[in-house]
Amino acid sequence: MNLIEFNQNGIYCRQGDFYIDPWRPVNKAFITHAHSDHGRWGMKHYIAEHLTARILKYRLSADIDIMGLSYGEVLNVNGVKVSFHPAGHILGSAQIRLEYKGEVWVASGDYKTEDDGLSLPFEPIPCNAFITESTFGLPIYHWQPQKAIFDDVNHWWASNVNQNKTSIIFGYALGKAQRILQNLDLSIGPVFSHGAVDNLNRLFNDEGFKLPATTRVVPEMPKETFKNAIVIAPPSAINSPWLRRFEPYSLAIASGWMALRGARRRRAADRGFALSDHADWQSLNQAIDATGAECVYVTHGYTSVLARWLNEKGLDAKEVKTEYQGELSEIAESQSEDPQDLEENSI
Amino acid sequence: MRLFAELIQQLDQTNKTLQKVKAITAYFEKATEADQTWALAILMGRRPRRTIRLNLLWEWTAMEVGLPPWLLEESYHVVGDFAETIALLLPEAESSVNRSLAYYMELIMALENNTDEEKKSIICTEWDQMTYYERFVFLKLITGGFRIGVSHSLVIKAISNYTKVDANAIAHRLSGDWSPLTTSFHDLLFEGDLEALISRPYPFYLAYALEQPVEMLGNPEEWQVEWKWDGIRSQLIKRGSEVFLWSRGEDLITDKFPEFKALKELLPEGTAIDGELLIFSDEGPLSFNVLQTRIGRKNLSPKMLKELPAKILAYDLLEYEGKDIREKPFTERRQLLETLVNALNSNVLAIAEPIRFKNWDELIEIRLRSRENAAEGLMLKRKSSPYETGRRKGNWWKWKIDPLTVDAVLIYAQRGHGRRANLYTDYTFAVWDNGILLPFTKAYSGLTDKELVQVDAFIKKNTREKFGPVRNVTPTLVFEIAFEGINASKRHKSGIALRFPRILRWRTDKKAEEADNLDYLRELLKKYGSNEPSP
Repeated sequence: MNLIEFNQNGIYCRQGDFYIDPWRPVNKAFITHAHSDHGRWGMKHYIAEHLTARILKYRLSADIDIMGLSYGEVLNVNGVKVSFHPAGHILGSAQIRLEYKGEVWVASGDYKTEDDGLSLPFEPIPCNAFITESTFGLPIYHWQPQKAIFDDVNHWWASNVNQNKTSIIFGYALGKAQRILQNLDLSIGPVFSHGAVDNLNRLFNDEGFKLPATTRVVPEMPKETFKNAIVIAPPSAINSPWLRRFEPYSLAIASGWMALRGARRRRAADRGFALSDHADWQSLNQAIDATGAECVYVTHGYTSVLARWLNEKGLDAKEVKTEYQGELSEIAESQSEDPQDLEENSI
Repeated sequence: MRLFAELIQQLDQTNKTLQKVKAITAYFEKATEADQTWALAILMGRRPRRTIRLNLLWEWTAMEVGLPPWLLEESYHVVGDFAETIALLLPEAESSVNRSLAYYMELIMALENNTDEEKKSIICTEWDQMTYYERFVFLKLITGGFRIGVSHSLVIKAISNYTKVDANAIAHRLSGDWSPLTTSFHDLLFEGDLEALISRPYPFYLAYALEQPVEMLGNPEEWQVEWKWDGIRSQLIKRGSEVFLWSRGEDLITDKFPEFKALKELLPEGTAIDGELLIFSDEGPLSFNVLQTRIGRKNLSPKMLKELPAKILAYDLLEYEGKDIREKPFTERRQLLETLVNALNSNVLAIAEPIRFKNWDELIEIRLRSRENAAEGLMLKRKSSPYETGRRKGNWWKWKIDPLTVDAVLIYAQRGHGRRANLYTDYTFAVWDNGILLPFTKAYSGLTDKELVQVDAFIKKNTREKFGPVRNVTPTLVFEIAFEGINASKRHKSGIALRFPRILRWRTDKKAEEADNLDYLRELLKKYGSNEPSP
């Protein structure tokens, strides 16, 4: 029985008459996480995990109609039991589990399986059918452990201090920025945040997270303020005049795409750190195996490759066309849809 | 190897020239002499012959990682680089051994005598002892085509910093033919008299494109102007009773053009001439296309030599009576050159005649007639200028004519390589022919990174069919394609072949129906084209 179908609006559950991460306005939408390609504007009713609900209100509008649920809490929608479970992607991210007459389907949204120490770790959920992302669904993607990557980041920062350069690191304002902040070696120097990043940091601190202290960059700050400093900024600030105040500086991009030499060389950045909030090839395979699902729907990313691979492994895997972007926005390869990002650019 | 791999990593991480020079200098300060020689050869683009077939490396990788070949293919199309794909696919080694660059280079060259089985065991053993970046560099050295992103002059600058030897002297010593197998870093740079290295060419002086209005060059009487020919920039040298012909890429091409051997008897000892090698018909020089077909031939038949005779148009004299005269003003060098060449009365060597003009306005008119004269524009040379080394601004300018253009529709796309890996950036274009779109050229480059991303997104959303790595795209987008020449071609369905096609701009104002048709290209062919020579 198909608990979920895919139509022009998004991922649809007919029995419960609701959508998961729809890309067009619908009546009722369950949202996996608050990134702009998953949590979009215009839904009549939103349902999300509590923290995600809080971020969506900030990102979209305080007036949206939204209901918060805790991880594991079950909501019955016309006989379909719906619950949120940690996806390990960013703070508040969730997989959505649907159960109806003993049949279990799980929509993963975006996920990673490595524990980043910030978001709740990914929870494997046994199911009949699993909807997986495939942003990095090729065997060339193999992430280094988080610790090794941040050793490199901190080393780069320290060597910039030696050369009297300000370090500027770009990562998506929601999720990646906080993960970077959490793992910086604060003995090297002070940490500054772009306004778009700082707004989200404050939101998380209000919610009881204790992120390391960082100072918001404001226009009147004199140049000397940034001596020895690292600045965390969203990708939309790459190539913007906002960077001028930090000269001389070294630029780094933190994104899974930075694993490839071509992608690194294409950007005007000095360094690329392959730090991703998505699962790499091995983790995707392990996560899919762990669900025990016999049927897998592969969405956004290298869909055809991962689907073919899973089929050859004996699973019933299908490619699904969606409008999610994966990690593209992190390297400014697509237009930012986040209004906060745009506002902060005009400072 | 670790040190060299680190250097490559550092060069990858910056696009600032100063940083690159610093990194290379620092490398030479730390490296052993054997490694210095190899590193220098690699940085100057000299690499040994490939000793392993790529498909063998591919097979061994598939075995090591236990993945099906199609998945490796898919990975390759995304990465866009063979060596990098393998380095990314291989599981991390448990430990690594730091061996010298020379060790690996000698190992690679020695493979020539091994069986495939032996090669496999040697390569796989080395793989298991390398870090990711060492593997990548090692594989790049095996597979060739290593684009490190450093120019010759940048390497020379670094070597000059390190050795405290003048950069021009280094450039001269590093030009021509040398191999790490037969020389060492020290011998190459410090030993032996330069004159003893009889075949060695001088580094070519290269011009930048003129970007400001021509009037800005000042008094026209201070300038000599010549046609910019579309042939092979060459240096013809007579030393030690031998004649040597070098191309701009510093390849010795004497054997490809036997007609110049006759000059051995005519040219005085100690002569170096800079000029353009062209193929001539009775009416004048033929297109570069024709020249290319001649270079491509392994065996030159007497018929071909007769039908496609080569000739050098000389424009500069660098060595006269065994003396380096590059510091003399251009006019003086030209006078010596003209006396020398005219006295030979040769049918394979002539003077590139200067163009007479009274003022800049007249020259602007003359330039527009370049194409009719089989030239691709003009060369402007300051009469008082010395012959400089490498690409320099100020004294020499090339002033090319605007390219020919055609508006064409994007119909096929494939992922790019290198910097463009993972983006659909290699396009095939079509023009209208009786209501159908006929593909006629491939072209890439010329779009901004932002445009590339937009076109990439369009392609992914508007794919009609996939054939392997190629996508058939709904014909919608129109681009203006620029090209330098047009020739008839039997190999192409369209019957034409373009020379140096590239994307000039994205015509977002045009619909697919408004693109040009084949008749328009046929007209251009009639006007400017030349026929493909019969083989």
